[in-house]
Amino acid sequence: MDVLGLSRLQFAVTSMFHFIFVPLTLGLSILTAYMESRYVSTNDEMYLKMTKFWGKLFLINFALGVVTGITMEFQFGMNWAEYSKYVGDIFGAPLAIEATVAFFLESTFIGIWIFGWKKISKKAHAVSIWLVAIATNLSALWILLANGWMQNPVGFVLRNNRAEMVDFTAMITNPYGWLKFTHTVLSGYVIAAFFVMGISAYHLIRKNNLDFFRKSFRAAATFGLVSSLLVFLAGDFHASYVAKTQPTKFAAMEALWETTREAPYSFLIIPDTKNERNHVEAVQIPRLLSFLAFGEGQAEVRGLKAFPKDLRPPVFPTFLSFRAMAALGILFMVLTVIAFIKSRGNSIETSTGFLRLMLYALPLPYLAGQFGWIVAEVGRQPWIVYGVLKTSEGVSKAISPANVLVSLAGFTLVYGFLAVVDIYLLSHYAKKGPDNDLSTLISPAAR
Amino acid sequence: MEFQVIWFILWGVLWAVYFMLDGFDFGAGILSAFLPKSESDKRKILRAIGPVWNGNEVWLLTAGGATFAAFPTTYALMFSYLYTALLLVLFSLIFRGVSLEFRGIMDSEGWRKKWDVGIFLGSFLPALLFGVAFGNIFQGLPMDVSGYHGSLLMLLNPYGLLTGVLFVLLFVEHGSLFIAVKTDGDLSERAGRLAGGLWFALLAVAVAFLIHTYFATALYANYLNNPVLFAVPMLAVLSLLGIKVFAAMGQHLKAFYASCATILMVTFTGVVGLFPNLIPSNLDRNYSLTIFNSSSSIYTLKIMTVVALIFVPIVIAYQIWTYRVFRQKTTADDVSGKEAY
Ligand code: HDD
Ligand code: HEM
Ligand code: HEM
Repeated sequence: MDVLGLSRLQFAVTSMFHFIFVPLTLGLSILTAYMESRYVSTNDEMYLKMTKFWGKLFLINFALGVVTGITMEFQFGMNWAEYSKYVGDIFGAPLAIEATVAFFLESTFIGIWIFGWKKISKKAHAVSIWLVAIATNLSALWILLANGWMQNPVGFVLRNNRAEMVDFTAMITNPYGWLKFTHTVLSGYVIAAFFVMGISAYHLIRKNNLDFFRKSFRAAATFGLVSSLLVFLAGDFHASYVAKTQPTKFAAMEALWETTREAPYSFLIIPDTKNERNHVEAVQIPRLLSFLAFGEGQAEVRGLKAFPKDLRPPVFPTFLSFRAMAALGILFMVLTVIAFIKSRGNSIETSTGFLRLMLYALPLPYLAGQFGWIVAEVGRQPWIVYGVLKTSEGVSKAISPANVLVSLAGFTLVYGFLAVVDIYLLSHYAKKGPDNDLSTLISPAAR
Repeated sequence: MEFQVIWFILWGVLWAVYFMLDGFDFGAGILSAFLPKSESDKRKILRAIGPVWNGNEVWLLTAGGATFAAFPTTYALMFSYLYTALLLVLFSLIFRGVSLEFRGIMDSEGWRKKWDVGIFLGSFLPALLFGVAFGNIFQGLPMDVSGYHGSLLMLLNPYGLLTGVLFVLLFVEHGSLFIAVKTDGDLSERAGRLAGGLWFALLAVAVAFLIHTYFATALYANYLNNPVLFAVPMLAVLSLLGIKVFAAMGQHLKAFYASCATILMVTFTGVVGLFPNLIPSNLDRNYSLTIFNSSSSIYTLKIMTVVALIFVPIVIAYQIWTYRVFRQKTTADDVSGKEAY
């Protein structure tokens, strides 16, 4: 493989690995903050235990989010130097702002939270975890505004051989970025909800700490229900905005080859990319696709053939990932509705079948999130900045395939090791259950 | 003042503050392999940096982000030219981070021993490599019309290595003073004594560095043109002397402040000498990356200036507050749990 292919692979590996930890941080920080606030307002020690148990899992995950993030910050320069030169004037700003307004806040107050149990008041302590939660979500906003700009570049002119920012407001109000932000943080909340429900289910099946895990499950089920409904809605809005701004991606998501008026939606499609058609198109609802794309059944949806071959993204992965994500999204709504209803009563531990299902469902939202990124990033190809710069033009000139091969091998080894440690620690502490001795504090180090 | 100049100053300040803050984490991390006589000693050291190392590291991310936003061409070329060196820094920082967070999470001797390696290497390597990188930037990189002509091995030249050693010694001195301030009893005393002894080595290397700089780099040109600027290296020397004076009087906190000042002033000494270059070329001056030929548009610089003026003071305020919350010494009591740093 050449520098381009290797760099793409490396970016995919490192960013998708970062995104294993990111979404749980987004959601679990909020759930932990909620639990601690309940403790502060009710003085019920059960909530303190919950804060500590879920907080510990949060911290294990958080540590990996932080260290894998460092890579992200520098690899634009390392592997995508031409890209960085060309769009740095506008793309660098949100990254720098993210560090200044979000990373400082989050990393400083996480330190306070871990080590400050005996040093500051209960209220101030709860405030610090809220600040962490706000900061991680703020960081998502800025990075997604950056990524949103790559998807739908606004507020710039081409001048001096590069893209120069002329309208900061346009960049920070880019609808693409906000849709992405809404959809992505909500997907993180879904992940966190399934994480808490899954682990609670594990213990409820075994009748451990019933009261503790019932409460945890109930909180997560509510959070999960709301988030699952909203992520679906946001995804839908997002998709129709994609149809407007990135017609090639939309056509690939739906495997639509011919430009069609009153386009129907087919539930079953098997694309035949070689012959630029679909082997199978069945179970159709008339005009639904036109409606999903443009809000009216009569609208014309452009198909892939309307675009030159070299401007089309890879159809198969885009299509399949989109279908998988949307199907999972529907599944999550069903599961969280059931979870919500069942968790109202005080006997959820008797539904062992459903609990087992929720345990096995734990990885599914993670998968949906990864599929989402494949849709967004692969579907944008061959562009790195849609309509402005090709991915092949963005790659660094000063590095050799050997450089990237070595770094890719290094990342694979190091990240593989981190994954093993992460899974080991999370499952160890998840299985161990809450510590009933409240004199021990949340962080080992604070003891 | 031109916006490029404002951002050059900010760029210098971000790096200087980063070295001042993460410097004592690196130093303490290196010393955690040698200084402790017991597990409790070791935990005290790690407990002292525990609440703050992550917040300190963000100064690096901000320096990186600011380089990207304000001088994108420098960000792009510097990181792609120094690809493999930067990769080593990244891996070291990754290991440091997880090692600090995970060492204390399991109560097992074997488990802790493994992460100790990560803490040591993850502190020592970045300290050395940042020094090597800056030494090479001071000298200039071999860049011309056809790009970059260097390699990883070429970075390990005498001046680069000397700067690396200087950084390591600065940080270890800084870290030992930090430990002296933040811990109690025998550990604090030994750290104080170490700082006193190590100071002579630091002085020797610092003098060698200042002399070698004259021969290996063009940094002094700005000073000769404008002798007022010599105040900066003078302050560096004065604060270096201050470390020794205060340490000898047993005033560790003041000695620590003096070493903060030393690191700031050493960094500024280099940065002032670089101006208006960010990375000089040692082949052809026309291909130096300067603050003018590698900067963002004025519009972007203006926006970023507003953002920095609003948020950097807020950051500084809450970070100072954090140091105040954790101002007490870490004692054996703090680290007596069975699972602890
Ligand atoms: C949707 C959210 C999201 C996305 C798309 C990204 N990140 Fe991230 N990032 C976070 C959300 C986040 C977070 C939730 O805020 C993290 C995870 C754990 C944490 O500490 O903060 C984080 C950590 C994190 C850190 C470490 C911060 C620290 O030391 O405290 C850096 C440097 C980055 N990220 C940089 C990036 C870059 C350059 C990305 C783009 C390619 C990126 N992240 C994608
Ligand atoms: C965490 C956030 C992000 C995730 C999870 C993500 C995900 C991905 C994925 C899955 C790919 C693989 C596509 C492929 O192999 O064809 C990819 C490629 C890429 N993405 Fe993103 N992306 C993220 C943010 C960004 C941002 C902010 C940028 C800004 C530069 C970016 C630039 C790229 C580039 C340069 C490639 C390589 C070219 C390519 O293969 O398409 N990504 N990303
Ligand atoms: C149920 C219906 C869903 C729809 C209609 C939908 C729609 C979309 C669309 C159109 C994109 C591509 C955006 C782009 O090209 O930039 C996307 C991306 C994404 N999706 Fe979904 N999605 C759904 C469910 C989910 C679920 C359940 C999750 C995770 C739990 C999820 C996580 C993501 C992520 C992380 C991305 C990448 C970031 C982004 O582009 O916003 N999605 N989604």
